[in-house]
Amino acid sequence: MRGRCAFRICRGSEAVPATLRVTDASEAQHAIAGLLADGRTAEIVARATRRPYGRPLQTDAILDLRALSGITVYEPGELVLSAQPGTPLSLIQSTLAEQRQHLAFEPPDFSRLWGAAPDRGTLGGCLSVGLGGPRRPSAGAPRDHFLGVKGVNGFGQAFAAGGRVVKNVTGFDLPKLLAGSLGTLAVMTEVTIKVMPAPPSTSTLLLHGLDDAQAVALMGEALSSPAAVSGAAHFPAAVANTLPALRSAPGAVTALRLEGLPRSIGARLEHLTRRLAHYGGDCTLLDESVSRGLWVEVADVVAFAGASERPVWRLSTRASAAVGLARTIMQSLEGRYFFDWGGALLWIELAADSLAHQGIVREACIRAGGPDAHATLIRADEHVRARTAPLPPLAGSLAALTERIKAQFDPQRLFNPGRMYAEL
Amino acid sequence: MRMPAADPGLVSRRAEFLGALRRFVPGEGVIGTPEELAAYECDGLTAYRQPPLAVVLPADTAQVAAVLAYCHAQGLKVVPRGSGTSLSGGALPLADAIVVGLGKLNRVLEIDYANRCVVAQPGVTNLAITQAVAERGFYYAPDPSSQIACSIGGNVAENSGGVHCLKYGMTTNNVLGVEMVLIDGSIVRLGGRAYDAPGYDLLGIVNGSEGLLGVVTEVTARILPRPEHQQALLIGFPTVEAAGSCVAAIIDHGLIPAGMEMMDRLAIQAAEAFVHAGYPLDVEALLIVEFDGPRAEIDEHVSIVEALVARCGAGYLRISSSERERLQFWAGRKAAFPAVGRLSPDYYCMDGTIPRRCLPQVLRRISELSQTYGLAVANVFHAGDGNLHPLILYDASLGDQLDKAERFGADILTLCVEVGGVLTGEHGVGVEKRDLMEVQFQPSDLQQQQRLKCAFDPDGLLNPGKVFPHLCRCAELGRMHVHAGALRFPDLPRF
Repeated sequence: MRGRCAFRICRGSEAVPATLRVTDASEAQHAIAGLLADGRTAEIVARATRRPYGRPLQTDAILDLRALSGITVYEPGELVLSAQPGTPLSLIQSTLAEQRQHLAFEPPDFSRLWGAAPDRGTLGGCLSVGLGGPRRPSAGAPRDHFLGVKGVNGFGQAFAAGGRVVKNVTGFDLPKLLAGSLGTLAVMTEVTIKVMPAPPSTSTLLLHGLDDAQAVALMGEALSSPAAVSGAAHFPAAVANTLPALRSAPGAVTALRLEGLPRSIGARLEHLTRRLAHYGGDCTLLDESVSRGLWVEVADVVAFAGASERPVWRLSTRASAAVGLARTIMQSLEGRYFFDWGGALLWIELAADSLAHQGIVREACIRAGGPDAHATLIRADEHVRARTAPLPPLAGSLAALTERIKAQFDPQRLFNPGRMYAEL
Repeated sequence: MRMPAADPGLVSRRAEFLGALRRFVPGEGVIGTPEELAAYECDGLTAYRQPPLAVVLPADTAQVAAVLAYCHAQGLKVVPRGSGTSLSGGALPLADAIVVGLGKLNRVLEIDYANRCVVAQPGVTNLAITQAVAERGFYYAPDPSSQIACSIGGNVAENSGGVHCLKYGMTTNNVLGVEMVLIDGSIVRLGGRAYDAPGYDLLGIVNGSEGLLGVVTEVTARILPRPEHQQALLIGFPTVEAAGSCVAAIIDHGLIPAGMEMMDRLAIQAAEAFVHAGYPLDVEALLIVEFDGPRAEIDEHVSIVEALVARCGAGYLRISSSERERLQFWAGRKAAFPAVGRLSPDYYCMDGTIPRRCLPQVLRRISELSQTYGLAVANVFHAGDGNLHPLILYDASLGDQLDKAERFGADILTLCVEVGGVLTGEHGVGVEKRDLMEVQFQPSDLQQQQRLKCAFDPDGLLNPGKVFPHLCRCAELGRMHVHAGALRFPDLPRF
């Protein structure tokens, strides 16, 4: 791709990029036209809470969308909400809660993991990073709830895609492409998401003392049952002991979440305990508030929040490969880990930082995880992230296609250049 | 309906193309006789017909790749086709294009219960996936009404829905990965069996891309455990407004039924006459509300809806007391299209989505339009998600009725957009709604979509004439600076 990065690095990292604050869509478009005319690159931010994700940026300017904030349309009966991208997620979540609705994709907040105070950031940031929480297997990720977008591309052109209704197949599904694109394709100026009724009640069944293999098998069986399990995580003892919600239970813990009407939860619990009885061991039930707390801790990975100098990896894999993958990595590196998504998501905190772990983790993905396993370095020193690829690399044909897509949205590489991949 | 003009140079090289294609796909896999090509001249949108230059039926991914690489080198257009059940003309051939039919790729490759997914070739029918996993208590959730015939590859192309997608999502929410051949013959894998994939969400844009981005040669579909129980309520209303307010009350109460379907008077009467489902005939609107899950949950939901129904002024309520009765409730709804088809030689099925609160207003306007055009209309409605299927009755043998029906349909879809909805909820744009795209989108919106197309298919060889009212001009788009959203060549011919 283009050789513009070298030019910017020559200017030195001390140079302070100019901040362009925009308050509406037309100002955003105007600012982008200016960047385009001057050939200047920009970091796209709002509250910047997710800045530690991906590669660190060196840009000529900062395009600050924080003031592009506010819910523009909320129609609970239509299950849709539109907002400007700088709208705080906390405002959206409290607004939804008033109508007993929620974001079913359970957006995680990694602030504490990154050594900062809790801050859910903005809706735009959440969609741009695109990660789903513990409800991922049953309710999907942000991509599954992202219905419509208005934005400005790197040609300086405003465009819209998708719609404001929950069922729509008119034209290419560009919202999905923008979800998880880390602001490298377009600057969003308004987004529409699907919102869902919040489950009135939550309960969590804890099963104690299972090893990893037993736990992943049990979670698979639970997720294969009609009990509508909406969270399935396993914490080996070294992690379980550090979670406030599990402190009273020594040893490994496997957690299964059930949500819905209390009577329904009761019936499903009965079904589950009967079906899973052959695994043996003790089980306990968490009450409503402890249960809610536990799944926030799982989503936000608070188990690894303490020692911010230690690298944290997030591995996505097929559940059937998860135990082998964890074992392979732990044979070479010291650390702690736990499983979410019934095993399909593996979180690892390594004891010490080094550049060597990258090769070991990625190699383990290939050898033990299967063709679809991939690892993201979620927490690492800035210089490590700058010198390496924190996001999983793409196969050759996909990398080429990805570059062609980038060129059709942002050919001058104005937006977040190098945030995803050095060359993108 | 104008399609891109055929290139006589390509048409004249037909024999050469047939010979070459037979090198990649031996035996009966290349079809060239007029009699056999006639079978491929249309899909589920039968109003438009055009035999292709040739039909190729590859038997594996390697053959698909060889065929596409050849077409790419020759500048030969390609129309991908699954089972040919598209209702929007997505698989309508062109005179100078070959149809690549995926029907021979019809095997379920792997059932992976540990990761709750099925790996299938694209020609496997939607229902066959459910049948393959039924013995272990699983199913594939999206259930378009053509599920007995439509293929999973076609479902991906159209991002198909069904009556249960309010609760369980569309195809895009239920597919984990695909293998796809790009127009240059290269093979890419998007997604897999893990829940997310690195890089841009290309799987997300391939779903619903209507054969414009590549040819899907393998699909990994999520399967779900079948719910313990299902129960349906059949509710009759004296007015459409009352039915609409009942739907709103159910959603407002925080319930997401597994299915929520509405029919208007004409649809009810037609369905009842056809399958004798036991529908009341003295109501203006009928609602089927289905819940699934554990017994205790269904009981609670049903009793909530019972209370709501009374407040909404329903005059009729039946709750299924057996599986047989539940299926009977559905029998009328599932047969609604053919039932309406009995009332008239032809019918034209529309597919707009509207904000649900606009339902009474939209149905009133449709009824007025029905008077204006002199054509009857029956309304079937996925009420939970606002997806409206007006069925316009006409007789193609009578003078200008097809033309009238199409104009009536266009008016309905324009109305859907005007009230804040969209042109298509699940059938796709295809050729049918292509020329209405500018009702919903600004030129700059369509240009961004076309730019995406250019990243996959810069020569515009895959399914040209579909989705976009103007052909992609990738070279122009690449350097174009559009001012105020104005198209640079407004006077270029449309088709």
